[in-house]
Amino acid sequence: MAGNDTAVEVSGLVVRYGDLEAVKGVSFTAQAGLVTAVLGPNGAGKTSTIEVCEGYRKASAGTVRVLGMDPATHQRQLGERIGVMLQQGGVYPSARVLDTVRHYCTLYGKGADPVALVEQVGLTSRSKATWRRLSGGEQQRLSLALAMAAKPEVAFLDEPTSGVDVNGRDTIRGIIRALADTGCAVVLATHELDEAERIADRVVIFDGGLVIADGTLDELRKGHDEIRFRSSPDLDLVSLAVEIGMVASQVGVDEYVIDAPPHPRLMAQLTAWLAEHGHPLTDLRAGSQRLEDVFRRLTAPDASGPGAGTGGAA
Amino acid sequence: MKRFTSQLRTEVHLTLRNGEQLLLTLGIPVLLLVFFSLVDVLPTGTDEPIDFLAPGVLALAVMSTAMVSLGIGTGFERSYHVLKRLGTTPLGRPRLIAAKIASVAVVEMVQFAIIVPVAYALGWSPADPNWLLAVCGVLLGTMAFAGIGLTLAGRLRGEINLAAQNGLYLVLLLLGGMVIPFDELPTGIRQVAHALPSGALADVLRETLSGAGTQPGTSWAVLAVWAVVMPAIAAATFRWD
Repeated sequence: MAGNDTAVEVSGLVVRYGDLEAVKGVSFTAQAGLVTAVLGPNGAGKTSTIEVCEGYRKASAGTVRVLGMDPATHQRQLGERIGVMLQQGGVYPSARVLDTVRHYCTLYGKGADPVALVEQVGLTSRSKATWRRLSGGEQQRLSLALAMAAKPEVAFLDEPTSGVDVNGRDTIRGIIRALADTGCAVVLATHELDEAERIADRVVIFDGGLVIADGTLDELRKGHDEIRFRSSPDLDLVSLAVEIGMVASQVGVDEYVIDAPPHPRLMAQLTAWLAEHGHPLTDLRAGSQRLEDVFRRLTAPDASGPGAGTGGAA
Repeated sequence: MKRFTSQLRTEVHLTLRNGEQLLLTLGIPVLLLVFFSLVDVLPTGTDEPIDFLAPGVLALAVMSTAMVSLGIGTGFERSYHVLKRLGTTPLGRPRLIAAKIASVAVVEMVQFAIIVPVAYALGWSPADPNWLLAVCGVLLGTMAFAGIGLTLAGRLRGEINLAAQNGLYLVLLLLGGMVIPFDELPTGIRQVAHALPSGALADVLRETLSGAGTQPGTSWAVLAVWAVVMPAIAAATFRWD
């Protein structure tokens, strides 16, 4: 379900800690029914931004609206409508799984069924276990259940898959997708590009306290198709360029990239040239750049600033 | 109301399921009461040590729960981001604090329900106890000790807070006229001891339960000041994460 209702609107947000400006004027929106990933390296200002949206931290400047309300002055009203998953902890170590979920269901008062929630996050067999006995992945799933106890219209999830193994990640992604499908605006902070790529409908890229790009994955990758291949370490790149009419650059010992869409004629010319010159072709990928490459391109020292997507640094 | 009772139930469950907390709130007070009433080594100045000990141990029980147990628990809740997490729910801070105070009251009732019968069984026979006034004293003492416990918990990190609460507990226990009579303390320390909430509460309970307080008027005043000042300091300085 894709929605167009803006649930979260951040505009010119600044967060200062003493002399340190952690968030330097960021703007972005998150829509109902979509997963919006706030992506960036550690220290980029993601958590500070999310904490302002949760009403936990005050903005130094700028405006934030969640469901049309200012979180700083309407924390109580918003508390009933938003679900929160902290980056870590949030549960007393000796508290039991089902007891904790039941308690949060009562606190939110939305009639969520604690037993069903525990089952949904796959912790039924661990119902009586205490928080400290849970694995990292199980703790994250319990945290997610507590956010869902709110039957939230907006969910703020901070690094929901950090420290979780592959299977656990799949489970968590499935739950988050199901949550967005109920019409919830999911805002997810992560420093893992893979994670954002797998789960997000929209990506807001943070770097150094600024938003450097903002858009759907397709928008961010648009115009940045590439052909990436592996062959001998000593290809004659000039001869190749003459043959195919494009420049290939060497990005690893035996890895090369051509910045071009994967047109069949170009692919045929490339593989024919390799065959003619007796070079192997050990790997070939063509299509959109991975988010990792988009990110690298945007944060490169010579990057010309916000260029991709619909938004940009404020 | 459902939110408050759910939080209260959680607080009480966590406290009563915690072995160290039980040792502190019930084990040590009962042990001190039984040991020193059977082994007459303390210079209590009374024919029956239990007459001196019972009110003092009740004061100690209040201090254990309202200051140390509440303070340590809350300090760790800060470290584990439990308070931060609860702060994003519709529970709200006033209800959270109310639930914590109520949970202290519940645990104190459990303590009194055990310690008072044990004291009677050990031969305690207060002449004309005024339980209503004693409860007022306990109330003031609870406010004072909770204020101290939360002031430490609201500023110090988990382990440092743990050490500080336990250290303070020991100092107040020894200086507080709870098991050691004020008269046995050196003069300078005695003045300090009378000004401490532990000494004041022990004296107030001794006065209201057995009419044996040493300076009850001053003790009520001292206790009242601590009961007003410390919660105010805690409220002003507390950090939620």
